[in-house]
Amino acid sequence: MEKRVVFRSAWLPYVLVAPQIAITVIFFFWPAAQAVYYSFLLQDAFGLKSQFVWFQNFVDLLRDTNYLSSFRTTAVFSFLVAASGIAISLLLATMANAVVRGALVYKTLLIWPYAVAPAIAGILWAFLFAPSIGIVTYYLKWIGLDWNWMMHSPQAMLLVVVASTWKQISYNFLFFLAGLQSIPKSLIEAAAIDGAGPFRRFWTIVFPLLSPTTFFLLVINIVYAFFDTFGVIDATTQGGPGNATEILVYKVYYDGVKAADLGGSSAQSVILMFIVISLTVVQFRFVERKVQY
Amino acid sequence: MAEIVLQGVTKSFGKTEVIHRTDVTIGDGEFVVMVGPSGCGKSTILRMIAGLETTTDGEIRIGGRRVNEVEPKDRNIAMVFQNYALYPHMSVYDNMAYGLKIRKFTKDDIDKRVQRAAGILELGPYLRRKPRELSGGQRQRVAMGRAIVREPAAFLFDEPLSNLDAKLRVQMRLEIQKLHRELATTSVYVTHDQVEAMTLANRMLVINAGTVEQIGAPLEVYDDPASLFVAGFIGSPSMNFMPGRRAGDGVDVGEGLVVPLPPALRATAGEQVTVGVRPEHFVPGTGGEGPRFRLRVDTVEALGADSLLHAGFNGTLLVVRIEGHATPLAGSSLEASILPGKAYFFDTVTGKRLAG
Repeated sequence: MEKRVVFRSAWLPYVLVAPQIAITVIFFFWPAAQAVYYSFLLQDAFGLKSQFVWFQNFVDLLRDTNYLSSFRTTAVFSFLVAASGIAISLLLATMANAVVRGALVYKTLLIWPYAVAPAIAGILWAFLFAPSIGIVTYYLKWIGLDWNWMMHSPQAMLLVVVASTWKQISYNFLFFLAGLQSIPKSLIEAAAIDGAGPFRRFWTIVFPLLSPTTFFLLVINIVYAFFDTFGVIDATTQGGPGNATEILVYKVYYDGVKAADLGGSSAQSVILMFIVISLTVVQFRFVERKVQY
Repeated sequence: MAEIVLQGVTKSFGKTEVIHRTDVTIGDGEFVVMVGPSGCGKSTILRMIAGLETTTDGEIRIGGRRVNEVEPKDRNIAMVFQNYALYPHMSVYDNMAYGLKIRKFTKDDIDKRVQRAAGILELGPYLRRKPRELSGGQRQRVAMGRAIVREPAAFLFDEPLSNLDAKLRVQMRLEIQKLHRELATTSVYVTHDQVEAMTLANRMLVINAGTVEQIGAPLEVYDDPASLFVAGFIGSPSMNFMPGRRAGDGVDVGEGLVVPLPPALRATAGEQVTVGVRPEHFVPGTGGEGPRFRLRVDTVEALGADSLLHAGFNGTLLVVRIEGHATPLAGSSLEASILPGKAYFFDTVTGKRLAG
């Protein structure tokens, strides 16, 4: 049944939604429109005058090997973050779901990292893995590993992936736990009587039933890895060493703010905008239809 | 096919014993119903037989083999759950084939068994459908199909009809009866519905607060209840109880009425005796024996075939069943007596039926 509130006044409903609309317009639509506008401009080195260049900025971008390699970096990064984030949180949720005594303690502790700001999470892991003073570095050196993420790109990538994943696990964990708890216990018991062991029960019953949750989280995690990990990267590697951890968002910031290439940076924003729009469309389309059983 | 034996079985959660010492032997091919109010422990006993709950003490044997330490899947039983527990992402066919695939049956064998079960349960046209595309009764049949295909030693039913509406419940009850006639597999069936218990059971176990109060064929239990609880639980509407005091060779039930005690019970009856009379064992007028009850009719429920009169006696309401349409009006008075030999006598303190 649909519940509808009917206002007698003509203007009251508009006043009530006005603050939300104002925020959306000022902080979302206006900057987006600006980005689109700037992406067609080319500015001189001092920012004194600019010139309308149509799609030149985009053409330049697609010819820029740095930009293409940033795409690759982002793909690798978000795949690692989404895959490991989902896998680890699913494992944790499955275990927390099986715990009977003290379950609340485990759940609370596992949800905590979500409250930590991305930059703080980045700093935390950066300290743990710091080449000279990090406690983890100390043990890694002790077992004979040459650990210095400021020098070795795979290690830098590993660091930002670990920090980003760690922060996202809580979120995934919550959703998986809720998903697991909504699976009737009798289903698992029926499978046990049917002869399935714990491992088989998980893969043939539990995991398929979690597939809507998993798909939802996959999209959310990719969006997270694309955009929300800026803080982690800025606080730790700043895209380095070289361009090893320069993901698209970071490159937007770097090219626009540090390198003062406003046009190129805006063009990158516009491309990112299209990526996030298509991800959102995919999510709405599929979460509602495709992954149903 | 197998015999199921429970010997001295108990179950405790922490320090609370929820199932007290239970000894039952369920014969090969027998259909046994465990009936009792919710929370009495009947499902716990069933789950212990299935292996979904551990047994605190005692021994459970299926087909002569001790199964206390055996995993549910190796007990050779199949279970039908109250909420059906169908795998929602699998088709009807796959739901039934799941257990067979795990047990490494050949494809042909699986197909043969599933088709046969589908034939018995009339599920043929629905094999490709998902559970959510089926009605409640069809889902229930799939759940039974999943049990049948494995050809287990025993079927365990955990309130399988509770989620169905009244009409379907009657229909499924008949189907389960028919199924048992055809397959003759040992079955244990849990329900809180005494009508299901009466109609399905070869024998029934009436359970109250973790204790088996009585075991027997349905009519045996109905005619010869062992305790106040069983007498009140089996039969609908339930038996009328009139707590009274011993007065010479009878029981004073109030309003100056004395119900005579049968000679055999006179020696053993104590001071406080409860007299029980089923609604259908009251007859209007003087058709019965013993004292004549003067009842004030309070409410009349005319059901067509018969009518239930709720009538005041000694401060409580008694229920009297009258056949046909000749019902007195509410507010009128009614004289009734008890059919010969149909008064039951219980010790009010222990709740046990008095025995000679």
